Amino acid sequence: MNSWIDLDALWKIVVIGLLAGAGLPALFAVGLRAVSLPGRDRGSPATEAGGDRILGSNPLGLAAGVVCFAVVLAAIAWGIYSVVAGT
Amino acid sequence: MNDGILVLVVVTALAFDFTNGFHDTGNAMATSIATRALSPKIAVALSGALNLVGAFLSLSVAATIASGLVNTHLVTLTVVFAGLVGGITWNLLTWFFGIPSSSSHALIGGVIGATMAAAGTHGVKWHGVVSKVIIPAGLSPVIAGLIATVGTYLIYRLSRSVPNRTRSHGFRLGQIGSASLVSLAHGTNDAQKTMGIITLALIANGTVDSGAEAPFWVILSCAIAISMGTYLGGWRVIRTLGKGLVEIDSPQGMAAESASAATILLSSHFGYSLSTTHVATGSILGTGLGRKNAEVRWSVAGRMATAWLLTLPAAGLVGAGCYGIAQGIGGTTGVLVVFVLLVVASAALYLRARGTPVSHHNVNDEWKGATASTDAKKPIAA
Repeated sequence: MNSWIDLDALWKIVVIGLLAGAGLPALFAVGLRAVSLPGRDRGSPATEAGGDRILGSNPLGLAAGVVCFAVVLAAIAWGIYSVVAGT
Repeated sequence: MNDGILVLVVVTALAFDFTNGFHDTGNAMATSIATRALSPKIAVALSGALNLVGAFLSLSVAATIASGLVNTHLVTLTVVFAGLVGGITWNLLTWFFGIPSSSSHALIGGVIGATMAAAGTHGVKWHGVVSKVIIPAGLSPVIAGLIATVGTYLIYRLSRSVPNRTRSHGFRLGQIGSASLVSLAHGTNDAQKTMGIITLALIANGTVDSGAEAPFWVILSCAIAISMGTYLGGWRVIRTLGKGLVEIDSPQGMAAESASAATILLSSHFGYSLSTTHVATGSILGTGLGRKNAEVRWSVAGRMATAWLLTLPAAGLVGAGCYGIAQGIGGTTGVLVVFVLLVVASAALYLRARGTPVSHHNVNDEWKGATASTDAKKPIAA
């Protein structure tokens, strides 16, 4: 740490910033991928709304996706909480 | 004690807060508007509301804006006032040209300039200026850009096999969420700077004790001013950020806003009061770099960088000049004369801007090399 740049804070901002600012959106993308996984009815032609469906029908995928989104939301809530609590 | 000047200072500070709001709407909402995740009107309304909430979230950096940069015991009401006029002038000029430049730097530049005019160079803590303003300004867009580049790369890689409809739907939602976070962070960060300035003025006037917290009416009025400014929407700046710099798609928008939100919130957590504009611009550039074949208009980026370099000295010169005029005439009259000059100059600029309007109607038109105006490069008479 020198008097011009607070290197200690700098590397924390970069590392935590990468985790939160790039990692969470990446996790969000994984969640999207999970919820859109095709289910067991993959072979049969999609019944209602055809290829217009937003969610896939793989229960495991849906569950995994929900977990991903929940982690993202929880991280955001914690971030806001720590800002408010920082006063 | 001079309550007449104090009233003018408070009004000017709220006016600055207002310009800060509409100048920075684009930092949060430009990408959501550009990708049509939100309609322009709804985007500015959402951002305005979240700025209002954000202003009440935290008060940790209020009153620190000036204390590390100038010797506060040299600061008089006239100095604060002249600094604010410098900041407003630079904000309005850059808005006219559609350049996203830092409102914080404009304010800091104005206050430094006015302090130098009042007390000479020893009134300024240069070490503080370099370590708290200039170095963070150089680093923050790079850090935000790096985070946005990595985020964009990961998002595109991980979502390759996701069906198109899920993708566009999901990422638009993600984009709205992340842009909302930036609005919240903006309210927290930037409204506090004006609260700090008004508190500084109250201290300088002896109205409150030094070391006092911002009174509630200051917090409330700053929150309202910044959110109204945000709601008005600086369409010229939004257009440059959303359409001019990089052609943006929803996943990129989400990556950019997430990077901005993370950088702003973390930095304020660690006590760096940095410019949301520099961060947002760095993120948007980064998201252009993280995606293959995305077009990044470096000429637009270069114009912005030039404006950033000019912000501190230009706002400082206006601040110093205004201090000179106000002090030359003296007393409340001097401050009032500068105030009238500011109103006249702002009105002239506003009228000129109406010749080449940018609004929620044409904010998303195809980029043809300029914000809107064909004569935007001509010097301004006013």
